[in-house]
Amino acid sequence: MPEFYELQINGSAHDVHDAWLGESLLYVLRERLGFTGTKSACEEGECGSCSVLVDDVLVCACLALAGSATGKTVTTVEGLAATGTPSDVQQAFVTAGAVQCGFCTPGLIVAAHALLTESPEATGQEIREALSGNVCRCTGYGRILEAVAAAARARLAAGAGSIDDRGET
Amino acid sequence: MAVVIPIDLDAAMRAASAAPDALILAGGTDVMVEVNAGQRRRALDSDTVIVLDRVRELRRWSHDPERRTVTLGAGVTYTELMTEPLASLLPALAEASRTVGSPQIRNAGTIGGNLATCSPAGDTLPVLAALDADVHLASLNGERTLPVGQFMLGVKTTALTRGELIVGVTAPVLRGAQGYAKVGVRNAMVIAIASACVIVDEDCRDVRIALGSVAPTIIRCPDAERHAAANLDWDRGRATPGVAAEIGERAAADARPIDDHRSTAAYRSRAVALLVGRLVRRGFPDA
Ligand SMILES: Cc1cc2nc3c(=O)[nH]c(=O)nc-3n(C[C@H](O)[C@H](O)[C@H](O)COP(=O)(O)OP(=O)(O)OC[C@H]3O[C@@H](n4cnc5c(N)ncnc54)[C@H](O)[C@@H]3O)c2cc1C
Ligand code: FES
Ligand code: FES
Repeated sequence: MPEFYELQINGSAHDVHDAWLGESLLYVLRERLGFTGTKSACEEGECGSCSVLVDDVLVCACLALAGSATGKTVTTVEGLAATGTPSDVQQAFVTAGAVQCGFCTPGLIVAAHALLTESPEATGQEIREALSGNVCRCTGYGRILEAVAAAARARLAAGAGSIDDRGET
Repeated sequence: MAVVIPIDLDAAMRAASAAPDALILAGGTDVMVEVNAGQRRRALDSDTVIVLDRVRELRRWSHDPERRTVTLGAGVTYTELMTEPLASLLPALAEASRTVGSPQIRNAGTIGGNLATCSPAGDTLPVLAALDADVHLASLNGERTLPVGQFMLGVKTTALTRGELIVGVTAPVLRGAQGYAKVGVRNAMVIAIASACVIVDEDCRDVRIALGSVAPTIIRCPDAERHAAANLDWDRGRATPGVAAEIGERAAADARPIDDHRSTAAYRSRAVALLVGRLVRRGFPDA
């Protein structure tokens, strides 16, 4: 194995040098590559604050071995929309007032994007289920659920498939 | 140091044989928790991680309509088990998968990882036990198949030997009601305090009952199973509430629960009696 490996993150290649074998994707994203949007809390898969997409599948970055993600595409919260132009889900969180301390927000945004890509028509129970791996200690969840439901309604109204923040179809 | 990412079973077996102390990684949902907590130093000092998630034979599943079996690769995820047509072929396994962790965990976690970890609370394990599933193992020394009851030896102890991999499991596709239920502190993200699987085989007119979290590993309940086969109204598909409750009580009598930080033995016994009774009534509504 070479002294470095390459990760594809948000559409560009990043080299990881001199890493320890057991480093999680979460650690490498935050501590080695500076993608601090992905939050670290429990490091045991319980809180969802480290949620990212690996090959478009929602996973906990703390439970992915960074070195095993070579050759896959990683999407973090930073990759969901261009800086300064929030995605529909991010805007819905702002509009609904779904953010207090904000620590859980990036993970929830990534999980909500994963849900709405898969089922743009998601409603009540399905939204709750899809966000059940993301813990928020501040809001009581009500406005978060409202925000995601509003984003889903807006996508549905705009026509399924026409809005995809990751630039894919 | 090396991360080995084989894409077929042969390469995976060669890697496992070359580095028998390597850390074997599937979805990572058990292993990475330990790695993050600093508990896997020894394996990581062996300098090799073998990553299984791209091994194509492990990612597949197949249905054999003639033999009426489904064979699942060890790398099939919970999310895949919950998706049609697998969910209809093995409904109790889909139901158990739905109770696992969260979407993030179900997207990554695999049935092979659940088997290898062999926790008494592993949610697929009571289902595989009740189905009398076969576990397929392979290493460079050859292949072998074990009934799941002989694969699971105790708390986090299995029949896996050094350098051996779980290739997959084969389970029968049965006609009749089947279900899985567990008790925990809340709905999402919960390790079972007690769990039960009831599988009805209408063609053989028998009932298979397995329990989780009430013994060092998964147990079957032969006395309750015999009682069920003899006392359910097979012609009408009905059971009196008394019969269902009695099956639950007999199942609980086979349990050997303990008190621990998550619950008490008494609570666990009561819980499995009720879960089994409910699952029986789901298949055999009140007479
Ligand atoms: C937040 C959270 C919630 C969870 N909730 C549940 C739950 O509700 N119910 C439940 O049952 N479990 C739960 N788990 C545990 C875990 O998700 C499951 O046990 C899962 O099935 C493990 O699979 P994996 O692919 O992630 O295994 P890994 O973590 O990759 O591996 C687990 C073990 O199996 C070995 N292994 C994996 N595949 C093979 C193979 N093919 N051959 C040989 N050895 C192999 C590994 O070496 C390791 O020892 C939870 C875990 C977390 C972090
Ligand atoms: S930090 Fe990954 S789930 Fe909590
Ligand atoms: S806003 Fe503080 S944890 Fe969710």
